Amino acid sequence: MELTVLYYLIPSLIMFGCGVYGFITRKNLIAILISLELMLNSVDINFVVFNRFLFPGQMEGMFFTLFAIAIAAAETALAIAIIINIFRVVKNVDVENLTKMKY
Amino acid sequence: MDLSYSIITLLLPLFMFLLLGLFGMKMPKKVAGILGTCAMLVTTVIAYGVALKYFFDPQYMVDGVRQGQMVFNETWLTLGHGLKVDMGIFIDPIAAMMLIVISTISMMVHLYSLGYMHGEKGFQRYYAFLALFTFSMLGLVVATNIFQMFIFFEMVGVSSYLLIGFYYEKNSAVSASKKAFIVTRFADLGFLIGIMLLAYYCGTFDFKTLMSNPGSIVNSAAGVTFLGCSAASWALALIFVGGAGKSAMFPLHIWLPDAMEGPTPVSALIHAATMVVAGVYLVARMFPMYLFTPEVLDLITVTGAVTALYAAVVACAQTDIKRVLAFSTISQIAFMFTALGVARPELHEGVGYMASMFHLFTHAMFKGLLFLCAGAIIHMVHSNEMDAMGNLRKYMPITHITFLIACLAIAGIPPFAGFFSKDEILVAVYQQSTFWGVWMSAVAGLTAFYMFRLYYRIFWWNKPDYSHHTPHDCEWVMTVPLVILALISCVAGFIPFGHFVTWNGGNYDIHIMWEVAAPSIAIAVVGIVVATVLYRKENSLPDRIASSMKGLHRAAYRRFYIDEIYMFVTHKIIFGIICRGISWFDHNIVDGFMNLLARVTNGAAYSIRKLQSGQIQMYVWVYYIGALLLALVTCLLLI
Repeated sequence: MELTVLYYLIPSLIMFGCGVYGFITRKNLIAILISLELMLNSVDINFVVFNRFLFPGQMEGMFFTLFAIAIAAAETALAIAIIINIFRVVKNVDVENLTKMKY
Repeated sequence: MDLSYSIITLLLPLFMFLLLGLFGMKMPKKVAGILGTCAMLVTTVIAYGVALKYFFDPQYMVDGVRQGQMVFNETWLTLGHGLKVDMGIFIDPIAAMMLIVISTISMMVHLYSLGYMHGEKGFQRYYAFLALFTFSMLGLVVATNIFQMFIFFEMVGVSSYLLIGFYYEKNSAVSASKKAFIVTRFADLGFLIGIMLLAYYCGTFDFKTLMSNPGSIVNSAAGVTFLGCSAASWALALIFVGGAGKSAMFPLHIWLPDAMEGPTPVSALIHAATMVVAGVYLVARMFPMYLFTPEVLDLITVTGAVTALYAAVVACAQTDIKRVLAFSTISQIAFMFTALGVARPELHEGVGYMASMFHLFTHAMFKGLLFLCAGAIIHMVHSNEMDAMGNLRKYMPITHITFLIACLAIAGIPPFAGFFSKDEILVAVYQQSTFWGVWMSAVAGLTAFYMFRLYYRIFWWNKPDYSHHTPHDCEWVMTVPLVILALISCVAGFIPFGHFVTWNGGNYDIHIMWEVAAPSIAIAVVGIVVATVLYRKENSLPDRIASSMKGLHRAAYRRFYIDEIYMFVTHKIIFGIICRGISWFDHNIVDGFMNLLARVTNGAAYSIRKLQSGQIQMYVWVYYIGALLLALVTCLLLI
């Protein structure tokens, strides 16, 4: 069995769908963050796959993915920090309760 | 002294205005006043130097005719079609003469104000405004083109506004300053339209170009007519309207009596000697063009003559001494306008023009003196009303003598200055028409009467109770200007003015025409005698005469109801009828349309504002559904 591009893209698509679903339906900030990471990772997979299949001699996609992972890590750390601070203030991480700065 | 030094006379007052205006409040009052006065002294010295150099250096004469000198001329704005606005300095005989007049009077007023305004709140501000006024007025007289003149004309108006409203805590001062600004601004609208017409047909603002060949310029605009007058006539008539507004000619004179609310030295500087003659100066500056539109000159003559009589009659009935002087100023400026109006080169070498400028010169001196005397009196008596004065000759001898000299000068008694200039004016008027000649002689008689009425009411008449505060002559800073101006009023008449200022720059020998001069002296003496009989000692005769002519006296006292007519026209007709309709249109149609737009927008916004929930997840959901739908539509279209 030969590994075609579809074998990579379909799991990536499923991952992305899960991410979107979680992002829309979850009310917990942590869960939303996880969903976000899921979407990001599925996009990373796409980068690598397209690089591998369309431009086999080049490495741009790979490196871009590495950068994206690094930035995602930093961003997650930041987001977690914000969420912890929110929790300290509101005693809650439910997205629907965070209306303090709305009006 | 080279003519280019004249730039300092402009820049120094401007600098003083900025300095005193910005930093004056940080200085002690005395420093600010002395600084302003010293700067003015330097300006005066330079102005005299420039003017004397211009008058006496033969290099400015070509074939016995004095040539206007363009000292500076820089392009400031280019308006296309070769039309450009310059800024510069142009010195010709009348400009040089005005340099002397303005700097002298301004210097005297600066010095005098050190005493008069002593201890006033805003003393530094006062000196800053005086400097601004001096700058604007000097800029006006040396303007190289009519647009520069207009700019400075407006600046003079602004400084007059600021100085009339100097006591801005007083309601009457504020409304007087507004009235002065609005009336003169309204007249300046005519000036502006006139400039535009002139520039459109002549293609230039420049005085030198306009004056080099005024005939062909006027004729080039003669083809276009409106209501039977050519475009050039309209332009020049409108420019005259601007000048008439600034010079308080009937019926635009209403602002000047009210302008007396300002400090008295300001009245002397602006509303007697310098700013109010800006209109005369404007017409004199454009005079070669006016010569080609005799109908406008006739308009000027009639306006001048009517105003002269009107103001003289009103002055006879006023009781506020500053108002008497204000109406006398209006009357004297009207004399100058009349003289300009009757000036023709073929009549006695255009003596009217020379006479007008001569009278401007002498009038500035003796009227400035009269106002400064009035200021000294008001300073002592603390009232403007004649009834609070009387018998002051015993208390204020210097003021008395100088005031008497000024009164003799304005009444036209030789050998004081006013006699010579007024005599030339009367000569010019008689040359043109005997009717106006007799008219102006009568006004001259009235002048003598009301001036001596004022003199006797202040210095003779009865003796009010001064026990609470005995009046005395003021300190030296206030009496020295009086004495200097009185000396000038005594000797200015002997200046061979015709050798300096004539309509074409040539020479004109003044010789007294006794067949005109003798009757006018006689008339003046009659006026003085009548005033002496009526007002020398307190008696009831003036009241009985007034009550026997009740209607006339009352009308003159109320200034022939001109202010009331203005009030009626502006409030009842313009505000009440015309503006009501416009206001209805504005409130209902214009505002209504805008309100409708706002209401529609508001309603639409209310109905869709639920979409803006602030829930990011909701937005994302909508976004994905939209993206999916788009993808679906694309797929369907591709298939």
